Amino acid sequence: MTAAARHMALPRRRYPLTTVRRILAQLRGDPRTIGLILVVPALLLTLLYYVFVDAPTLPGQPKVFDSVGPIMLAVLPMMLMFIVTSVAMLRERTSGTLERILTTPLSRWNLVASYGLVFGVLAIAQASILATLILGPMGVDITGPWPLLLAVALLDALFGVAFGLLASAFARTEFQAVQFMPLFIGPQIFLCGLLVRPDDMPRALEVVANWLPMTWAVDVVRDLLTNDSLDDGSWLRLAGLAAAVVAALFLASRSMRRRTR
Amino acid sequence: MMNSTGGEPAVEVRDLVVHRGRLEVLHGLSCTLAPGSITGLLGPSGCGKTTLMRTIVGAQHISSGSVHVLGLPAGHKDLRWAMAYTSQTLSIYADATVRANVTHFAQLVGRGRDAVDAALERVELQDHAHRRVDRLSGGQASRASLACALVGSPDVLILDEPTVGLDPLTREGLWETFRSLAAEGTTLVISSHVMDEAARCDEVLFMRDGRFLAQAPVADVQARTGTDTPEEAFLALIRSTPEEER
Repeated sequence: MTAAARHMALPRRRYPLTTVRRILAQLRGDPRTIGLILVVPALLLTLLYYVFVDAPTLPGQPKVFDSVGPIMLAVLPMMLMFIVTSVAMLRERTSGTLERILTTPLSRWNLVASYGLVFGVLAIAQASILATLILGPMGVDITGPWPLLLAVALLDALFGVAFGLLASAFARTEFQAVQFMPLFIGPQIFLCGLLVRPDDMPRALEVVANWLPMTWAVDVVRDLLTNDSLDDGSWLRLAGLAAAVVAALFLASRSMRRRTR
Repeated sequence: MMNSTGGEPAVEVRDLVVHRGRLEVLHGLSCTLAPGSITGLLGPSGCGKTTLMRTIVGAQHISSGSVHVLGLPAGHKDLRWAMAYTSQTLSIYADATVRANVTHFAQLVGRGRDAVDAALERVELQDHAHRRVDRLSGGQASRASLACALVGSPDVLILDEPTVGLDPLTREGLWETFRSLAAEGTTLVISSHVMDEAARCDEVLFMRDGRFLAQAPVADVQARTGTDTPEEAFLALIRSTPEEER
């Protein structure tokens, strides 16, 4: 029996959640990141609310914030999670911890899924805070069920997590990682339907917009605003968003190489 | 002395050629390391020490030749349980506590609390376990990183410049730890550009520009070259190397 085989035979337990615990331990020492995820979006939303509060509304038309506010649940989570996770994973790459943990039995899929789990839980808290503000003190009414609003925000945030983990593969410094935000998220914000609906854009932009995850999330939010149940197209977009999360996580895990050239 | 152990070598490198990008950095290296030995990998910065260590760990692609660890090709899945590595950078989580770090690296290889406590005790960090790594001194942080490596009781430990920049007392303490690990059968490869550390190793691999100048106990190299210190021996070896290989 080889020495390696003897090692395999030693009594060992599996700790599939060890990376989750480690990320939590890091977050405990990093209240700013928690603040960026939980407090900053609430402040931004409040700012937006007051921007629109005195804006004149045409008689018979709904207030602008009544649609823009809920749509923020499809914009802010992705944007903020992208920043947080792209920088966090880049730190792993540059500090040498990624190379080191990949010399252990840790699977790459477990690593990205752990990031997804931790930030997914934070995303639920984030979405709950935002939804409570919108539906409570800001007095917005949505026709559809509110849990679905949380679900969109969660998937939107998870796509930000996965996309951020993937983007870190293309950056060398934290500064570069932050620079990716306008590149990867900026166009989505313009095209997602927040400013102009894709139907009213030039054909080429409409085609691009309809392939972007943030557009799908905004579409679902708009559906929830006016209808009491989601149509088939919205369910398809939710499924597409979930598939995009899994695909981006998979690509992110492949972007981590155990062995470099 | 350690070569008399016999049996399967812990690490066997044969005609190893490695490229980093397009540049060939290791030019056909061969060496054999006995189980339970301490091998010092010594040479100037940029001579390929880190690349060789990363190759043994399985983190570096091999162009030609072979590297076997415990009888398995470097990078084999089973070896991830049996060997551990510390890189030149700290490569542990600076924003987490010492205990959180050691616990994480223990759990990655399936070890529990007992192993964590033992590793902390071994590097004498029990009293600092609750402190964040970025609040520690350089020597303490280096010991925390070492604890993360030895917590899984690896058979092979690859340590890249673990003593660099540390005070003599801390270095002394680390070498005592290395010695006791080797006495328990762990095979250690320790790189350094401080030639004085050669005397503490069972064998040294003097390295320059991606080639080995010698593999032997440093006393033998000094006797062969008629020199008194490891540094002089290293310089004498360079002078005796044929011009075209320099």
